[in-house]
Amino acid sequence: MDLTLKIWRQKDANAKGKLVDYKVTDISEHMSFLEMMDVLNEQLVNTGEEPVSFDHDCREGICGMCSMYINGEAHGPDKGNTTCQLHMRSFKDGDTIHIEPFRAAAFPVIRDLVVDRSAFDRIQQAGGYISVNTSGNTQDANSIPIGKAAADDAMDAATCIGCGACVATCKNSSAMLFVGAKVSQYALLPQGQVEAADRVMDMVAQMDAEGFGNCTNTGACEVECPKGISLENIARMNREYLKASSKG
Amino acid sequence: MSGILSSSIAKKVSMALSAFFLMFFLLQHFAINILSVFSGNLFNQVSHFMGTNPLIQYVLQPVLIFGVVFHFVMGFILEIKNRKAQGKKYAKNNGAANSTWMSRNMILSGIVILLFVLLHFIDFWFPEINTKFIQGDWSGMHDGEFRYFQELQHKFLSPLRVGVYCLAFVFLSLHLLHGFNSAFQSVGANNKYIKGLRSFGKLYSILIPAGFIFIAIFHHFNH
Amino acid sequence: MATLNSRVPKSDKIAEKWSKHKEHINLVNPANKRNIDIIVVGTGLAGGSASATLAELGYNVKAFCYQDSPRRAHSIAAQGGINAAKNYQGDGDSNYRLFYDTVKGGDYRSREANVHRLAEVSGNIIDQCVAQGVPFARDYGGLLDNRSFGGVLVSRTFYAKGQTGQQLLLGAYSAMNRQIARGKITMHSRHEMLDVVKVDGKARGIIARNLITGEIERHSAHAVVIATGGYGNVYFLSTNAMGSNATAAWKIHKKGAYFANPCYTQIHPTCIPRSGDYQSKLTLMSESLRNDGRIWVPKNLDDVKAIKEGLKKPTDLVEEERDYFLERRYPAFGNLVPRDVASRAAKERCDAGYGVNATGEAVYLDFASAIQRYGKEQALIQGVQNPSNEKIIQLGTGIIEAKYGNLFQMYEKIIDQNPYESPMMIYPAVHYTMGGVWVDYNLMTTVEGLYCIGEANFSDHGANRLGASALMQGLADGYFVLPYTIGNYLADDIRTGPIQTDSKEFDEAEKSVKEQLDFFINNKGTHSVDYYHKKLGNIMWEKCGMSRNKEGLEGAIKELQEVRKDFWENVKVPGSLNEFNQELEKAGRVADFLELGELFAKDALNREESCGGHFREEHVTDDGEAKRDDKNFAYVAAWEYTGKPSDAILHKEELEFKDIELKTRSYK
Repeated sequence: MDLTLKIWRQKDANAKGKLVDYKVTDISEHMSFLEMMDVLNEQLVNTGEEPVSFDHDCREGICGMCSMYINGEAHGPDKGNTTCQLHMRSFKDGDTIHIEPFRAAAFPVIRDLVVDRSAFDRIQQAGGYISVNTSGNTQDANSIPIGKAAADDAMDAATCIGCGACVATCKNSSAMLFVGAKVSQYALLPQGQVEAADRVMDMVAQMDAEGFGNCTNTGACEVECPKGISLENIARMNREYLKASSKG
Repeated sequence: MSGILSSSIAKKVSMALSAFFLMFFLLQHFAINILSVFSGNLFNQVSHFMGTNPLIQYVLQPVLIFGVVFHFVMGFILEIKNRKAQGKKYAKNNGAANSTWMSRNMILSGIVILLFVLLHFIDFWFPEINTKFIQGDWSGMHDGEFRYFQELQHKFLSPLRVGVYCLAFVFLSLHLLHGFNSAFQSVGANNKYIKGLRSFGKLYSILIPAGFIFIAIFHHFNH
Repeated sequence: MATLNSRVPKSDKIAEKWSKHKEHINLVNPANKRNIDIIVVGTGLAGGSASATLAELGYNVKAFCYQDSPRRAHSIAAQGGINAAKNYQGDGDSNYRLFYDTVKGGDYRSREANVHRLAEVSGNIIDQCVAQGVPFARDYGGLLDNRSFGGVLVSRTFYAKGQTGQQLLLGAYSAMNRQIARGKITMHSRHEMLDVVKVDGKARGIIARNLITGEIERHSAHAVVIATGGYGNVYFLSTNAMGSNATAAWKIHKKGAYFANPCYTQIHPTCIPRSGDYQSKLTLMSESLRNDGRIWVPKNLDDVKAIKEGLKKPTDLVEEERDYFLERRYPAFGNLVPRDVASRAAKERCDAGYGVNATGEAVYLDFASAIQRYGKEQALIQGVQNPSNEKIIQLGTGIIEAKYGNLFQMYEKIIDQNPYESPMMIYPAVHYTMGGVWVDYNLMTTVEGLYCIGEANFSDHGANRLGASALMQGLADGYFVLPYTIGNYLADDIRTGPIQTDSKEFDEAEKSVKEQLDFFINNKGTHSVDYYHKKLGNIMWEKCGMSRNKEGLEGAIKELQEVRKDFWENVKVPGSLNEFNQELEKAGRVADFLELGELFAKDALNREESCGGHFREEHVTDDGEAKRDDKNFAYVAAWEYTGKPSDAILHKEELEFKDIELKTRSYK
């Protein structure tokens, strides 16, 4: 298939940036979206132009590195997948495809489609851990029984890959699905109880300091999340926050 | 207060709590208004009670005013903050793919409701305040009978006003269709037990505004 | 040929070596640790866990990764699980049994003492991870669940759905975050190490490039730890991440660290086949699929042709027309033979023309009989009388979905075919490299103060790695081994004081790094970096892939030298130095792969035997199986760099097997 691509080009963080049109031809429907981008870049290198920068790494939907806002949706039109798992069979011959970076004030553009998501790291550093020494001198793993339901829910929350699609999709650029998932994982496990109150207060404070917007419950994040993280996690974070606040 | 409200979650919880209060108020407002369809007399008596009871006038009324103002002001503050958080806008954004129109346009429906509230105040509330607190007339009488029902019927004579009211109620419905369940989500109520509440929320969000529309139209044609 | 000293403790019993070693090792007191810096390059399971633990002990850690966050390291993609000799299932597991299975699975080419230590600390890993909040799968009683994996007789694999690697990495990442918040780890994301700096023969720092600004930076430390993973991307197509590279490992090799057994590569049998030349990477599906899937190709070439032309569907072929080649060749283990054996058998059939997709490189993995089996079982359990075939399929599909749902979904996303109705197509792909930087028992390379951990070193898996052991090794090295052994070295460094970065050694290292980068940018070439990477990958796959022979390897060495020459003349890198430049990043990585590939072929040529992932066509038994030569090749081949790969000098570390009897692996 032949396609027209409208791609955001921006030299560096301070440059202005604009959408630029490119044509690619003979794209196979079996290609992944990123392989189509590889074809474009090979074409650009051969004609002496600078290739399009984009983040990607594992190309199997787990590392969370790839981003891209494709035709107005984070990770493109398909649901439950990352950009690297999107295939060209989701498009048709003659289509025009808009490709933009994830947008949020807290995710500044580094170059072209590459954005800086280190705000997520800083939120985790604020309390996204259990303070246990890595000496291995802990109690035996089976001495902490955890009900299957809680363990499964914690696992569901923990599958977040930190890609930032929730923020990119949210009209408020809110990071509450990301933070809610991490808070939930630990809130559901007995190991996480000791520091639960401090954790949620500190992580929310850092989230606010990073300049993310507020959640207005549109639910767009849940729909676009490649891992299907549920809004229930945001509700749980709200509860945890209220509980922690009431303790003072 | 300002310290607690400085965090994002506290703000959204406060939005939700004021929303609960307003939704409860809306329900009781509707309950009284619908009486006017069945019996002008009954409507007059309840209105007079509400209009002259000191608890309601001196305690609940200020609380209500505060609730309304708070909800609006906080709504605007959040909107401004959220716009700032967005950074640059997308050249192409397909919001319909992942969220409802209502959820993405609460500020729009909110502004329409705010304008309506102003109109509503000009129509009913300011004259009430004028009569009771400035002229000092707490009798509720006009020409020897209760004035409430008369005033109500009088207001709905104008087709333009009825039209504006109906339109505003449509926006109220749109606002509630997202707002009702959103408020529950904000206070952390979202799990398998609460799913049933969703359909109730939908029902409430459609039936209450529809009821108000019915009342307006009813009085337009029956006087 | 010199002999290498592995520094394995001499105490008699293997089970006592590690504990005695720990008891007698030098320690650094807490006050002094504050004055010691350690650089850790790579933040996967090994690097992440090491950074966190070293920081917690009190050292100042400077951690580096090329990704935008430590959480993205490719350890995250591991699916199946992590082994630990907990014996929670009471099925007779023990440290010794895990040790034995790992040595046997590695085809008797690993260092006994290292493997035993690995087994000893394996249980602690699980305790540690649970304490950190890793949500391992649990049973209804709330206790940890286990599954079994290929090549062993017990259930010792702990898992978190199909995302065990992700959860373990996020655990290590959270431990890192805690130390970053405390200021004990300085995290340098989007940085790539381009050289190591040696002062007086000791590793004292690195030269790194800030990938956002292009700035070349000097970082000093009292010790340097390399944890940058394997070199599978030398094949271009592999299940590694696109950015996975061998640059750090290769640069330290060029500065004196010996590189061991580069020819030991694991080719994983259950990957999604390639669909065309544009393909950038291969996707693995967990080995657990082979528990229920049967692997076959058509018996007749006519059927293969009909399937390729779309005239027949695989489901049209009746049992008699199918060749279940693993069950035919290995009746005892059938579809559950180890990875290397299964991979070679699939390649053999495809080479003979029986491949079932357009590229001719795919075999079927069929779940139809498992669906029938589970369906009938379920009908019985649920009391369905005389179930129809549709009912059986429906019930059976439910069970298969519960077990492998996410894998089937992944397959359907990529191939756009429903694997419940039509058999999956699979083909082997490069997955893991057992070879790597040579290290002694303390995980130190042949350069003092330079350590190498995780997949980047060669130590624990011999010639073949068993499933669910990579995660175990990465975390064992990082959490429980290196933090002890590095103290032994650093104890002598407490009076050294801060390492200055304005020395001539740093000047020289930086100069050579800058020269290479300048060359790439200024070279007015004609071909992109990927063009050369694909050429390299093609040579490696064809001649150093699943089976190798003398002629092919010699040809590969010659071809690689030609490609390398062409690369250095005609490579084209757009953009400039001081900016975010992904083509420039790739150029440096491919330059190193081009050299590593040659050493790989040289090592494969040297190893005149078939063992584990290394299969030499000249060395087979009468019925075509791998033939090991313990008399002549029970050694680790560690190569010393002397200027170019072809001149590398071989050093041998003889392997001693005191606690395990050497046996021929048989899966018949």
